[in-house]
Amino acid sequence: MQWLPEAADFRQALRGVRQALDSGAPDEVPDAWQQLQALSQHRLGYLELLQLDRLLCNAVGRISAGTVPSSSVPAGFSTLRLALLASCTADHLLPGIRVAALRRRLLVQGHVGQFGQVRQEARDPRSGVRQFAPQVALFCLQAREAVGAIDLDATQSQVDEAIDRFLEDLRQSWRALREAHGTSIVQQNFLDTEPPLFGNFDAGMPASPRALVRRLNQRLTELAGSEGVTLLDLDAASARDGLGAWFDTGRWLQARMEISPAAVPAYGEQLARMLAALRGLSRKCLVLDLDNTLWGGVIGDDGLEGIVLGQGHAAGEAYLALQRYVKLLARRGVILAVCSKNEPANAEQPFLQHPDMILKREDIACFVANWEPKAGNLQRIAQELNIGLDSLVLLDDNPVERAHVRQELPMVAVPELPADPALYVNCLAGAGYFEAVGLTAEDLQRSSQYAELAARNAALRASVDASDFLAGLDMRMQAGPAGAVDLPRVAQLINKTNQFNLTTRRHTLESVSAFASDESALVLQFRLRDRFGDDGLVSAMILVSRSGEAGTLDIDTWVMSCRVFGRQLEHAALNVAVAAAKARGARRLSGSYIPTAKNGVVKDLFAELGFEAASPPDAAGTTRWSLELAHYRPHITQIAEAAAS
Amino acid sequence: MTDQELLERFSRILADLLGEDHLELAMNTRRADVPNWDSFSYINFIAAVEMELGIRFGIADVESFEDVGAIVRGAQRLQAG
Repeated sequence: MQWLPEAADFRQALRGVRQALDSGAPDEVPDAWQQLQALSQHRLGYLELLQLDRLLCNAVGRISAGTVPSSSVPAGFSTLRLALLASCTADHLLPGIRVAALRRRLLVQGHVGQFGQVRQEARDPRSGVRQFAPQVALFCLQAREAVGAIDLDATQSQVDEAIDRFLEDLRQSWRALREAHGTSIVQQNFLDTEPPLFGNFDAGMPASPRALVRRLNQRLTELAGSEGVTLLDLDAASARDGLGAWFDTGRWLQARMEISPAAVPAYGEQLARMLAALRGLSRKCLVLDLDNTLWGGVIGDDGLEGIVLGQGHAAGEAYLALQRYVKLLARRGVILAVCSKNEPANAEQPFLQHPDMILKREDIACFVANWEPKAGNLQRIAQELNIGLDSLVLLDDNPVERAHVRQELPMVAVPELPADPALYVNCLAGAGYFEAVGLTAEDLQRSSQYAELAARNAALRASVDASDFLAGLDMRMQAGPAGAVDLPRVAQLINKTNQFNLTTRRHTLESVSAFASDESALVLQFRLRDRFGDDGLVSAMILVSRSGEAGTLDIDTWVMSCRVFGRQLEHAALNVAVAAAKARGARRLSGSYIPTAKNGVVKDLFAELGFEAASPPDAAGTTRWSLELAHYRPHITQIAEAAAS
Repeated sequence: MTDQELLERFSRILADLLGEDHLELAMNTRRADVPNWDSFSYINFIAAVEMELGIRFGIADVESFEDVGAIVRGAQRLQAG
């Protein structure tokens, strides 16, 4: 975990947090939470991790016990109920999971099912796990339970039959939990802990221990894909780090630990990034320093010919390797930005003129080069791209800049880049900032969309009058009920969107599909394009009829990508929703605004759209609104409605 | 490392592990003498000692350590080897 910086004085810091928590003074407690979170951002050994976890459990216990009002949990933290179903010792994994989740401002409440009782825990409605009603369930099984009974001379088809029988049983357990509680399933794949039997020939024998585990993992991957189950790929991790980094025969024999205590920090980190990805908390944008990060040397001093980049020597190729990796990140939907202390013309020159540059100027959605402090520039980048500071990762070779940004903007991730450029890629990749649990068509188009956004912002600055600007965009919306192909993107949008999100209710793909096929509900999708390009599916709304409210459709969920804020899409979308609701025979729309730390942007949305306040804010600040459809006059916008494709 | 050095290291490790501010182990301390030092935290303790000292106890030794002194002598043997 070399991307995390070392803690300067861990014991001292820990003592400080404990005192602040113990004092119980309400004004000290929020500060203690920030310190606790800040401590989790460091490289921690096993013992340090256990100590931090103890303090964390203590702090969480106080909230649930009511010693400290729950409003004192800092804004931006959320909770998650996680169950572990394991056929090996798993209790020791929880501290690693909790601390790594804290690193992402997720407070995990963990529950470990009875040792070796995976089927019963998943399927028996009276089991501890079922009573716990987990939001996420992690299954940890061992290869020998699946394939241990297969004889060495079994044929490939006999092997497959045995494996498929095992996996079918596992599928029933996944489904039982998912159907009972809408639980998202994470399945750890199988560690190959067996020693070689034949040696090199193992791969050629269908039922050699090694071939069995490989086949098992392969079939599991296929099944997980078709079942929408997320895989925790320990097999890949152990191939990368060596089996010994994860598994210790001694610990297995002593305590049935398949994951050794030494691996607990790394295990927690692997799982927590997936939990964060499931919650839409992965980072979105990579901000790049230039000199000695993207190329060797200083462009302002060394000039185009002097910088180190390209084939011919090792360092030049190392910088190329980083650029190649960053380009792939952009390809999969990570937004790129530049933040460099340079004269703007110097900073852009390599992008425009150096023949070996893999990254081009058009790959960078937001390019900031000046002599201002980086913290301010990062804020400007976040604003320009309309994303949160907690979506940014800064890649910078300069330790002083890194320390400055960590100090000023703790929500920005700043990997501890090693001195040797040969190690840059591994450091960035190992940190897993951009963990994903799927890929949508929108992801693949995102980098060009953000370049378009930057162009649009430039046009906006150039055009004095905003309505002139919107008129000049030539916007077209395509909207209507979401079809099967739209649903994965709709679910992704619902789970990732924090700002334009009226209720912040998260729905899994399964439940969105259920709404879409429910006669009494309506799932609407909205796509937007303009003369700069196609933004794709950028907004979704779920309307449901609640029992006892005949004639009313309630806006259960309405989300919109921040890319299209300020373009009048909310007005055009409401026009569509009203027409669709009328077609269903509804006379009224109702909706709620549930405030969170991040959705202040839609606080007044209902009022702006012409809804009447139905009730004063309740204790949590939630407001209720309604709109009589008979009196509704469609909003006038600069958006034309395109025919459904 | 001397008996005293190892006892201090072990005391700090076990205190961190069990969440105690301070804890003093002696050569003749047995597991049963320390509250909450159950078999689970014993394995955790052994793992933490191994990580910190860069050694590895044999599994038969781990089962047979009667008191802290036996662990100290076990660690010294491995450090000398």
